[in-house]
Order: sequence, then structure tokens, then C-alpha cells
Amino acid sequence: MEIWNKKVYCYGFMNIKKYLQVYSYFNYSSFSIELEYKINLFIDLLTSILGLIGSVFLLSIFFSNTDKIGGWDFNQALIIQGIYTILNGVTNTWFNPNLKEIVKYIREGTLDYVLLKPIDSQFWISFKRISPTGLIEILLGFFVLSYCFYLNNISFTIWSLNLLIITLICSISILYSLWFLISTTTIWFVKTWNATEVLRSFLYMGRFPMDSFSFSLRIFFSTVIPITFITTIPSEVLLGLSPAWKIILEILVSMTFLIFSRRFWKYALKFYTSASS
Amino acid sequence: MVTNIIEVKDINKSFSISSKRPGIQGTIKHFFNRKTIEKKVVKNINFEIKKGEIVGFLGANGAGKTTILKILCGLLYPSNGYISVAGSLPFEREASFLKKITLIMGQKQQLIWDIPPIDSFYLNASIYGIEKKEAIRRIKELSEMLEIDSELYLPVRKLSLGQRMKAELLAALIHRPSILFLDEPTLGLDINAQANLRKFLKIYNKQTGATILLTSHYMKDITYLCKRVICIHEGYITYDGKLEKLLTKLSPNKDVSIICKSIKDIENLKKLNLEIKNINDNQITFTINKLDFKNTLKEILNKFDIEDLQITEPPIDEVIGKVLINKK
Repeated sequence: MEIWNKKVYCYGFMNIKKYLQVYSYFNYSSFSIELEYKINLFIDLLTSILGLIGSVFLLSIFFSNTDKIGGWDFNQALIIQGIYTILNGVTNTWFNPNLKEIVKYIREGTLDYVLLKPIDSQFWISFKRISPTGLIEILLGFFVLSYCFYLNNISFTIWSLNLLIITLICSISILYSLWFLISTTTIWFVKTWNATEVLRSFLYMGRFPMDSFSFSLRIFFSTVIPITFITTIPSEVLLGLSPAWKIILEILVSMTFLIFSRRFWKYALKFYTSASS
Repeated sequence: MVTNIIEVKDINKSFSISSKRPGIQGTIKHFFNRKTIEKKVVKNINFEIKKGEIVGFLGANGAGKTTILKILCGLLYPSNGYISVAGSLPFEREASFLKKITLIMGQKQQLIWDIPPIDSFYLNASIYGIEKKEAIRRIKELSEMLEIDSELYLPVRKLSLGQRMKAELLAALIHRPSILFLDEPTLGLDINAQANLRKFLKIYNKQTGATILLTSHYMKDITYLCKRVICIHEGYITYDGKLEKLLTKLSPNKDVSIICKSIKDIENLKKLNLEIKNINDNQITFTINKLDFKNTLKEILNKFDIEDLQITEPPIDEVIGKVLINKK
């Protein structure tokens, strides 16, 4: 018990301090790299704004001939758009720049350097880079959500805010685990980047309410690739429409995915053969 | 008594490799029905390395040198056998073990390309739990040893290969590892940069007592740094011992060219019971065994009035080349 306490309190605290410090260096170096290329930064910013305008425009086309899709009106569907924009921003800020690099690490054999550092390799691979322009997209997403509060006359409580944060964290965890799982297969197949692009296209589906899909698609996007979970449940929480079981299910699904992705990475590393010199 | 820091017993390593026939037909077949073969790249390897030793791994491309280094530093799981590096099983990659070792690869880099090396050093320092003050002190100390200063503040992409390699070394040594695995560290460097790097490694070994394992195709790296070499051919160890002994074994003779003042001396020299390689006017070349060399040369110098003398040995690359292509 004493050893356990030492491990958790002493090393645990030291580890958190160390990881926070390393993470601050990761962020600092990423910002430095981004600032080296000023025009690129501007183009990325423009792309995020135009992307959001395009999505809202697409949504308005769908609603031009009908008031409701799958029981959701335009103002409510806009919440899903806001959640989607936040998650897309998270994807662009962390997942895209980092998990895309896994292919490079494995093809060029530079994963060797990561594995030989006294730091968790999954942490390094998932958080080494940060794309600051994605942060703007996250801000835009929150802006859309705030506008939706006004449109839908949502009364806010601490309880609903906490639930929104919990479900959003779960959504991000599911999304991250899916990306990480696909990226991990690179250890065997070397080039699986296309698979993450397929996942990205599925994520686009998350812009629409789960109820607007047919029954079979709903099953597919809730179980095999739980994309609809990711956007629909936080939106329902915001509207006060989500039953407790759905929230609990999302928490369970996200935890399962996270644990599985971590175990899968540890297992895959046993098959890492490194690149030849 | 100096203890063994590395112990390797009966290590084997196999890889599954898929082969493809040329042409479009081969490509399509390869896509649908990939045939893999099991290739044994490391076979029954045994050796021990003492603390503070510098050991060179010699072998042709694909002999298995890099694979052995990667097994030793814990990147690859051996198919079977026992390894102990600094008292740990390398493939468990425990933090305490990783803090004791470093891997430097001449053809791969860990520095972040778009920002100055100094930022990568601070990142590495934080990973190894080194306080900023201590990191600054170590960077200063190592940069003085490596003779780099202003280059630390330029983006890595703007540095020459030699400067980049020095910065790579600094990044890899900031945590003061006691075992260095170097895979062709001087690859692509110019002669001066190679010499500087060798000099640095020798000083580092002397000052810190670090153990160094090195692979290199540049014989000067090996002869300057390593007293002991391990030769590897097709996954097997073909020689493990002193470099000097290997050179004597592979090249037992020296050539001595003597220019005499008169043809008469040449005639008298011929009468000595020595192997004559060449005669040209008043110049005669003998091949003399290294073991008799001192006495034979003494005899010649005492008996004959010679004008000039030249001793030649076959180039070391040529000698070592023999060991790289012959199994025994």
C-alpha cells in the first residue's frame, strides 16, 4: 500500500508536472513552426471561416423545402453544426497534424527516437504538434453555439453546462480513439492515411441529426463508427432532449474506445520493425 | 574489476519480408497474393561489453549491425536469447533504462526541422526531467566541447550537415547517457567534420567513462576510436577481439622498398632469404612478415649502405574489406 501511495502521489504528481512542461514545449515549438510560415497561417484561417460558411449554407439548402429533418428544425440542427465545428476544430488542431505524422514516423523510422525517450509514446505521437488555426475553428464553433442559445431560447444551468462538457469530452475521446486506431495500423500496413480520410468523410455525416438517417445507417453510425454519437448527443443535451441512458452510453462507448486504442497501440508496438538504415 | 555493462547470449532475430517480381504482372500478384519469407538477420550472437569500452561493429551493408544495435537499445524484440544492458532487459524500455542510453543515427534526425536546435534541446531536457538551469549548464558545456555556438539559434534547416550532426549529438547527450549507440554517425560528413566528431567522442568517453557502440563504414572512425571490433557477416559474428590482432591476422606482412647506392648492394640484398616482390634498377621491394619485421630491418640497416627506405602496408579499408566478404 505504501509503495502504491508513493507511486500515485509522488511519481504521479511529478509525472503530471513533467508532462505539462513537455506539453508546453510541444505547443511552443508548434507555434514557432507555424509563425515561420505567415502566409500559410493566413490561408488556414481563411479556410476555416469559409468552411463554416459553406456548411451553414448547405444546411440552409436542406431546410429550404422542409421545416424539419428527422424531427429537428433548422435552429436545432444549427446546434449540431456548432458541435461539429468545434469537433472539426479539435481534429484540425490536434488529430490531423499529429496522427498524420505517424505514417512519417514509421516510414522513415524516426519512431525510434520517440520510443527511446522516457515518455509515453502515445502522448508524444498524439500531442507533439498543434495547429493554431484549428483553435479559431473551435472558437467559431462556440460562437455558433452561443448564437443557437439565443435562437432556441435555451435556459442555461450549471447542470446542463456540466453535461455538455462531459458529452463533448466523450465525443472528442471517441473521435480521437478512432483516428488513433486507424493510424496505429500503419505499423503493419505502413500507409493507411487514406483510411483516416474515409473517417473524416464519415465525420461530415455528423453534421446532420442522427434521426435523419435510415434505421440501418443509424445502427452503423452508432455502433461500427459511432460518428452520430459524437455530435447528436451533445446537441440533445443542450436542448434538454437527451435521456440519461444515452449520456451513460456515450460515456461507456468513449471509455471503451479509449482503453481499446491504448491497448491496441501497446500491442502494435511489438510488431514495429523500424526502418532499415 | 570492470563489470560487463552489456551481455548478449544466443540472440536471434527474424523478419518477415515480402518480395515482389518485376513488371505489372508481378505488381498485381503482389497486391492480391503477397508472399512473405522469414529472413533470419541475426544468428546466435554472443558477446559481452565492459563499462567504458568503445566497440566497433564491422560488416557489409545488410550484415545485421544496425539490427543488433536496435535490439540492444530496446527498439526491436529479439526472436529469442538473453540480453542485459545496464542491468535491464532493453525491450521493456523502462524509463530508468532509457535515461541511461542514447541512439544516434547518421541518416535520421530528431531535431525539429523548422526551429533552432536550442528549442529541441530544451524539449529533450524537459523529457528527461532536467531543470532549466541545469539544462543551460549542460548545453553550454557540450556546445563548447562540440565547438558550436551561434548555430544553436538558427533553424535546423539552415545548418550544414556537419553542424546539424553536432547539434544532433548535443540533443542526444543532454541527459548524460552512460551507453551510446552510434549508427554511422559520420555518414556524409566532410573530412574535417568527421575528424571533429571522432575527437569529440574520444574526449566524451574519456571524461564520462561512457560505453560506446559504433557502426561505421569509415575505417578511420574505427581505427581512431575502437580498440575492439566485432565483425558481422550475414548475421553471424565472424570476429570479436582487438582491432590490431585482426589487422595482423588479415594482413601479416609489410612491404619494404629499399633504394641502394649501387647495383652491387641490390645483388647482396637478393641473397638475403627474403621474399622479393619487385626489383627496379637500384630499388628492391621485399615482403616481410610483421613478426620478423624489426629484426630483419635492423639487419638490413646494419649491413647495407642504403639511400632511402619506404615501408608500406595495404590500406586498412582493403584489409577490412576481406573480413566483410569472407565468412571466416
